[in-house]
Amino acid sequence: MTDIISPLPGIFYRSPGPGKEPYAIEGGAVSPGQVIGVVEIMKQFSEIRCEVAGILERFHVADTGTINPGEVIATVREE
Amino acid sequence: MDKLLVANRGEIAVRVIRTARELGIGTVVVASEADVESYAARLADECVVIGPAPASQSYLDQSAVLAAATGAGCDAVHPGYGFLSENASFARRVREAGLTWVGPSPEAIELMGDKSRARQAAEAAGVPTLRGSAGVVRHGDALVAEAAAIGYPLVVKAAAGGGGRGIRRVDSAQELIPAVGIAQAEAHAAFGSDDVYLERFVRRARHVEVQVLGDGVNAIHLGDRDCSMQRRQQKVVEEAPAPGLPPRVRERILRASVELVRQCRYEGLGTVEFLYDPDAEEAAFIEMNTRLQVEHPVTEMITGLDLVREQLLVAAGGSLRLRQEDVEFRGHAFEFRINAEDPGNGFLPSPGILSRVEWPGGPGVRVDSGVTTGSAVVPFYDSLLAKLIVWDSTRDAAIERSVRALREVDIVGVKTTLPLLAALIETAELRDGQHHSAFIETTPQLLGAST
Repeated sequence: MTDIISPLPGIFYRSPGPGKEPYAIEGGAVSPGQVIGVVEIMKQFSEIRCEVAGILERFHVADTGTINPGEVIATVREE
Repeated sequence: MDKLLVANRGEIAVRVIRTARELGIGTVVVASEADVESYAARLADECVVIGPAPASQSYLDQSAVLAAATGAGCDAVHPGYGFLSENASFARRVREAGLTWVGPSPEAIELMGDKSRARQAAEAAGVPTLRGSAGVVRHGDALVAEAAAIGYPLVVKAAAGGGGRGIRRVDSAQELIPAVGIAQAEAHAAFGSDDVYLERFVRRARHVEVQVLGDGVNAIHLGDRDCSMQRRQQKVVEEAPAPGLPPRVRERILRASVELVRQCRYEGLGTVEFLYDPDAEEAAFIEMNTRLQVEHPVTEMITGLDLVREQLLVAAGGSLRLRQEDVEFRGHAFEFRINAEDPGNGFLPSPGILSRVEWPGGPGVRVDSGVTTGSAVVPFYDSLLAKLIVWDSTRDAAIERSVRALREVDIVGVKTTLPLLAALIETAELRDGQHHSAFIETTPQLLGAST
């Protein structure tokens, strides 16, 4: 299992906008460099990327939920 | 007007509370759960918590803001800037609830919010505009012909955009069709409307704007400002009056802006924005902002007026008490935006707790701040902490005073844009008034020298 950690505080979004397809889904395959969500801080958006290949096992923060630096956004089961 | 709901946060909420208090108007400020302990919340007579920290669940929640106003017994709503300030449907709901909306009519907000219609209204009032398409463009033969008539390079702009968003540059005829397609898709995704229009591209532009005030019948201007010192379309340093404008250009934009306000039967404060091309010595309309601007204090410094007071009096009483000849201009003023961002690390936002905040003082120095020592800078909102405003009798003297005042600011706890501001005020380009809207991004050594 690999944790994807948020480097910054802010609001986590799973999709590029309301009603848009999510960047990644639980149970879905992810690849190195893939964006799995964005964190908004003070109106600036930072992409959160996965560093390994595998299956995105679980999101630990809700869509539009708040997150602090160092907190786990998602866990990936490496393949 | 007896009790005013301030539907905003930070420095602008503080700003509005101050003037309302001087006028004997009670103040109620809305706050998200993250802002309960804020300076604005402490300063207001009352504070109503309207929702969780994310703006979509608090400051942008129209029903929550309106419920706060009626629940607290307010008879007026001041929206500040940003958030719901240019939202016509919110303005309409405020009026339908029987409250005074401190701003122009919902129809005026809608007109100016549609950049293509606004451009047509400006043309009708004799305001100079850039060569461009006659309204919204669609795919077809007319598109190619219209673009050819404008000439390349040109820009495709989203009608619902504004503030520098929704703009795409096109350098040649081959790029036109795909660029318009992409611009329409982006406009639809960002603004919910795929209306786009074309406009000539100006290579080296300055951003010049005119402060206007109307009561639906009468209209006056309160002079011009220059806001060319920008980063990513966000203003960094502003000044009034705009330096180096030929008198002919200045008179034309002032007169045309007043005419636009008169023709639109505009009520309240507004800003007519222009691109100024220093090579061609031509100014052209970009858009009109239908609210109080962040940079309004530089106009206050050179006119001696309180713009929020005039705004509230027009909203409450309905008619202008100032005539054009009552407005006098004296000296020169700069405004510096102090943001919680790290100029040494790509301007990454920098939240945290402010363990020390010390502001400058002395003659001609004003600070509009939303924070004090101990304030939390939370990650949910705009990074603007405070504005340092400096006045002196001449532009050169105001620059020297600014250097001195910037050095006195001491903020500990978060990274700020102060090193950038201190570097900018020392540049020959700013001192000579030769800077333009791409200056910061095309001068990388600015930050190398300052960090």
